[in-house]
Amino acid sequence: MTVLSLSKALNEGMRKAMEDDPKVLIMGEDVGKLGGVFRVTDGLQKDFGEDRVIDTPLAESGIVGTAIGLALRGYRPVCEIQFDGFVFPAADQIITQLAKMPMRSLGAIKLPVVVRIPCGGGIGAVEHHSESPEAYFTHTAGLRVIACSNPADAYAMIQQAIHCDDPVIFFEPKRRYWEKAEIDTTDTGWWTPMDRAKVVRAGDDVTLLAYGPMVKTCLEAATAAEEDGRSLEVIDLRSLNPLDAPLVMESARRTGRVVVVHEAPVNSGFGAELAARITEQCFYHLESPVLRVGGFSTPYPPSKLEEHYLPDLDRVLDAVDRAFGF
Amino acid sequence: MTVDASRGAEAPPELVQLLTPEGERVEHPDYDIDLTPEEVRSLYRDLVLVRRIDLEAVALQRQGELGIWASLLGQEAAQIGSGRALTDTDMAFPTYREHGVAWCRDVDPVKLLGLFRGVNHGGWDPKEHNFHLYTIVIGSQTLHAVGYAMGIQRDDATAATIAYFGDGATSQGDVNESFIWASVFNAPIVFFCQNNQWAISEPLEKQTRIPLYRRASGFGFPGIRVDGNDVFACLAVTRQALKNAREGQGPTLIEAFTYRMGAHTTTDDPTRYRVASELEAWKLKDPIERVKAYLFKNELADQEFFDSVDAEAEGLGADLRSRCLAMPDPGPLDIFDHVYAEPHALMDEERAQYAAYLEGFER
Repeated sequence: MTVLSLSKALNEGMRKAMEDDPKVLIMGEDVGKLGGVFRVTDGLQKDFGEDRVIDTPLAESGIVGTAIGLALRGYRPVCEIQFDGFVFPAADQIITQLAKMPMRSLGAIKLPVVVRIPCGGGIGAVEHHSESPEAYFTHTAGLRVIACSNPADAYAMIQQAIHCDDPVIFFEPKRRYWEKAEIDTTDTGWWTPMDRAKVVRAGDDVTLLAYGPMVKTCLEAATAAEEDGRSLEVIDLRSLNPLDAPLVMESARRTGRVVVVHEAPVNSGFGAELAARITEQCFYHLESPVLRVGGFSTPYPPSKLEEHYLPDLDRVLDAVDRAFGF
Repeated sequence: MTVDASRGAEAPPELVQLLTPEGERVEHPDYDIDLTPEEVRSLYRDLVLVRRIDLEAVALQRQGELGIWASLLGQEAAQIGSGRALTDTDMAFPTYREHGVAWCRDVDPVKLLGLFRGVNHGGWDPKEHNFHLYTIVIGSQTLHAVGYAMGIQRDDATAATIAYFGDGATSQGDVNESFIWASVFNAPIVFFCQNNQWAISEPLEKQTRIPLYRRASGFGFPGIRVDGNDVFACLAVTRQALKNAREGQGPTLIEAFTYRMGAHTTTDDPTRYRVASELEAWKLKDPIERVKAYLFKNELADQEFFDSVDAEAEGLGADLRSRCLAMPDPGPLDIFDHVYAEPHALMDEERAQYAAYLEGFER
């Protein structure tokens, strides 16, 4: 067992994948000598060379577009998008090419490309550095969309994403980069498959559904609720596309109350998809409507206001209270 | 500032030409080509056959058998010249109009029709032909081509890629990013721009204030303008650029100066935006007629040869028609195939639900 921060766990996971397969490449802005602005790729260029850890020109469409070309030649590129708000110049390549080319080829082409995106707020950043663009990508068929929430998952999931033959949009909770946990890097037998959700805290009264940075917030809410005598179950979705529906529905039927929590705006957010599916599949088991806690339907605010925008423990508990009010 | 208004009958300056519209061989100080009579006849055959494939596809669209078709009429020399410059290990990235290059890469013409008939989005295995699928989003494929070229570098292989695009595409961010990437990484790639003067209804002046080939110098690699209706010149210039790329000398931009003699696609009506005299002027520079004149004048082919090529073209057209009509429609559950390479719960769920729904009609 070794203690690693989430960013270091990602680094070690990528290092392992690069050692295992010489076709794995890292590419992005400042990923080489600097090791990325969050140091997630720290030391990899020194050990694997400039041909495998590629400092690219400053253009996101170029990063993803050339990654597709490298994948067509048999490589497995891992692209870093420096910040969530900068993924949009690459959106065309991701949506029209990366997601659709395998189907276009009737299966002749596989595109094992990972697009890593540090996401979410809470670090006091300027505009475009705190966004949660996951719903744009869960809406795009052909992509797998996953989000890690803790160091152990980060270590496993980045390797699973790299091994996957489909394109993967990989969300990293940037405000949790520095959180540490013990990880067993020698044993892969315990790894949960990448497309499975995980019950991270069992409970009977309400199901909290979260992913990425909000998992920790929900765990804190569950601890606080316990003092009020309420037993909250917390599920880390981990994979948004595909969704681990059986696990989510089992919990929803058992507790009868579901609260979805994400940083992204509630309006047309991923929580809307969860609420609709749970309602369709668990209607007669529900004691209350599926409630959503998330960002407002506004652009991400200046950082002095972000504590109001981001769901926190109190807003989660407020939603739990409302769930009991029906 | 130079405005390039040379669209029309006048040959623009700085144009590499080895065969005049009248079929006369001319010398160029930097480029030459030594073709055997057999090779010239073979190029002529290619030009005639791809024009016939194109003609048949237009007819199929007019009769409702294809939803749409993007005609290559007028661009045969640019495509056959560049396509025949490729070696087996080179990789080509087309737009949706490179039917002539597809022919050079041995893609069965009927496979080109699937996309336009609506039975698939791309019906061939790119690896089998080293010819990528048609890309419809303008310019996207240029980045794929550069990435592929970067892969060639990492494999230490001796090969090059060629990226096709049009004059309109040069305004796209992706094309400009691909120029930057290729230059910075010295990638083994040839950018082959068919400047056919029109991006649907927009003339070249809406895309650029300088001749397109001169853009290359700003990115740090050579740019050349070639007579895109001269198959000899297109072959010679592309062959040299590919050789340079394979030998580690980096990218080249080739601007093949040509003309889209037909509509943008079968849904377009060029009479709304261009004058008939322009087309008439370009007809005098037809890419096929000049090779025919050259073969005739130099007694490299007789009437029997031309008749046999025409007969082969007719047979090819008829065969394409019958196989197009025989192309099976996909089954409804094929919608869910190949979206993901690995098992995907949502695909399985929706496929099963829709299969059950369809079965409901059979009971």
